[in-house]
Amino acid sequence: MALEVRGLTAGYGPVTVLRGVDFRAEAGQITCLMGRNGVGKSSFLKALMGLLPATAGTIALDGTPLHGLPAHEIPRHGLAYVPQGRRLFGPLTVAENLAVGGLVHGNDTATLAQVLTLFPRLRERLDQTAGTLSGGEQQMLAIARALCLRPRVLLLDEPTEGLQPSMIALIQEAILSLKAGGVAVVLVEQRVDAVLKLADRVAFMVAGQVAETMPVKGLTVDAEVFRTYVGV
Amino acid sequence: MAFGPFLLLALMEGLVTAAVLALAASGLSLVFGVMRVVNVAHGEFYMLGAVLAWAVTTMIPGPPALAFLAAVLIAPVLVAALAAAADGLILKRLNYDPEATIVATIGLLYILQQAALSLYGPNANPVTAPFEWRIQLPWFGYSGYKLFVVLAAGLVLLGLWLFMTRTKAGLVMRATQVDRSTAQAFGINVDRVYMGTFALGAGLAALAGVLIVPIQQAQYLMGHDPLLLSFIVVIIGGLGSLRGTLIAALVIGLSDGVISMFFTPTLAKILATLLVAMVLVFRPQGLFGARA
Ligand SMILES: Nc1ncnc2c1ncn2[C@@H]1O[C@H](COP(=O)(O)OP(=O)(O)O)[C@@H](O)[C@H]1O
Ligand SMILES: [Mg+2]
Repeated sequence: MALEVRGLTAGYGPVTVLRGVDFRAEAGQITCLMGRNGVGKSSFLKALMGLLPATAGTIALDGTPLHGLPAHEIPRHGLAYVPQGRRLFGPLTVAENLAVGGLVHGNDTATLAQVLTLFPRLRERLDQTAGTLSGGEQQMLAIARALCLRPRVLLLDEPTEGLQPSMIALIQEAILSLKAGGVAVVLVEQRVDAVLKLADRVAFMVAGQVAETMPVKGLTVDAEVFRTYVGV
Repeated sequence: MAFGPFLLLALMEGLVTAAVLALAASGLSLVFGVMRVVNVAHGEFYMLGAVLAWAVTTMIPGPPALAFLAAVLIAPVLVAALAAAADGLILKRLNYDPEATIVATIGLLYILQQAALSLYGPNANPVTAPFEWRIQLPWFGYSGYKLFVVLAAGLVLLGLWLFMTRTKAGLVMRATQVDRSTAQAFGINVDRVYMGTFALGAGLAALAGVLIVPIQQAQYLMGHDPLLLSFIVVIIGGLGSLRGTLIAALVIGLSDGVISMFFTPTLAKILATLLVAMVLVFRPQGLFGARA
């Protein structure tokens, strides 16, 4: 099972941001996406979700074309999205946020129970409004909401941005357990150590294109590619 | 009449105004909250509710109660269907652009109004109340139908609240209201939500029109006042806040009743408008609205 993207081109109105992205993500693997600010990582995930209309190129999941589908059809094919900045439904409760995540499958209780086992902290706060959670809890909820969709492909946009180390470790564990469960994880990540710890493959983006993709095995913190594409 | 009973009568009249206003305004508030559309044609849906109630009751023979019941069921559904069509034909094509939709709904206002004038005529026509029962208080008699209006509006608003907070459709509407694109990412068909919301908002206005028409006759220009008052209520209560809308409707309705009776209706409208001006200056998000 794989998500296969070829020549994806998209932009905001007249401004083209993605200029022919080629990308591949395999089931049971974590594929990281790195690149400097503004190269189009977030825009790429939005385009995968149909939130940014593609003007050219193809997106296929196991050979099923997804490009050109209306945005609300995409999650039905098993793609779930954890946006940058979380984008929770702030005035809604934790339980309601999770219920939105489970809409596609009619909110079965088994999935919800499973997700709450992964994030027990959320179980204690089901009736609290999402906007009043701490930053780390909000990020857990954003991931949990996506997991309620029982995704085959999970797109995460900088999920540990601005969190304290203990919380980062917790979220990284959750991501690794998803990989073990056979999910194809696409992770936008800026920290080299996190990429080395989590990723199977890493794709480097430059100016709206994937410039280079490689296995992570064998890469070290001081590898040349990180200096070239992320500037550390 | 002594002061006490006179005040009671004023408050009861105010309560009827508040009930009908709360229904109409909650529709306006819902449409703005979820769709960010300021629907200037909202009062025309109220007018159509009243006019259709007249049409239905004149077409259906038999006891007035039965004919009225038919009007309560049929008129809001017809108006909601019309609104759904207007959403697909007009608002959707404008991409729900906040400014373009204001202009478009102004156009819709005149289309609906002139259509009513052509088909229904310029006259005001009464609709027989479903029952003639009167409640006899020690100081004055009062229309049982008016009390029924208060009760019915209360029940409908309770139902609306339960719908928004307890059902899947309500959840979908609230999620769309908060963040339209994230809602889409979780499989919510926003176009369908918008169409349903616009229909529901229009249906609430139409129901208010049906309920008022045994008290106030049906006429093609009757949409103006409820539009203005709904805007006043929605601005005071906070755009998109259902709770604020209800409280503001009570404040405006009751004060309208009391001031109209002790002074003049004009003074009541002046004070309401003044209150809106103060809210806009000192608390533009409304008394209960959250700042987005
Ligand atoms: N909503 C938007 N409208 C217009 N341009 C945008 C919008 N969002 C992002 N961009 C532009 O698209 C480019 C890529 O942004 P983004 O995908 O957020 O980059 P990254 O996530 O890699 O930092 C940037 O030049 C940014 O200014
Ligand atoms: Mg980004």
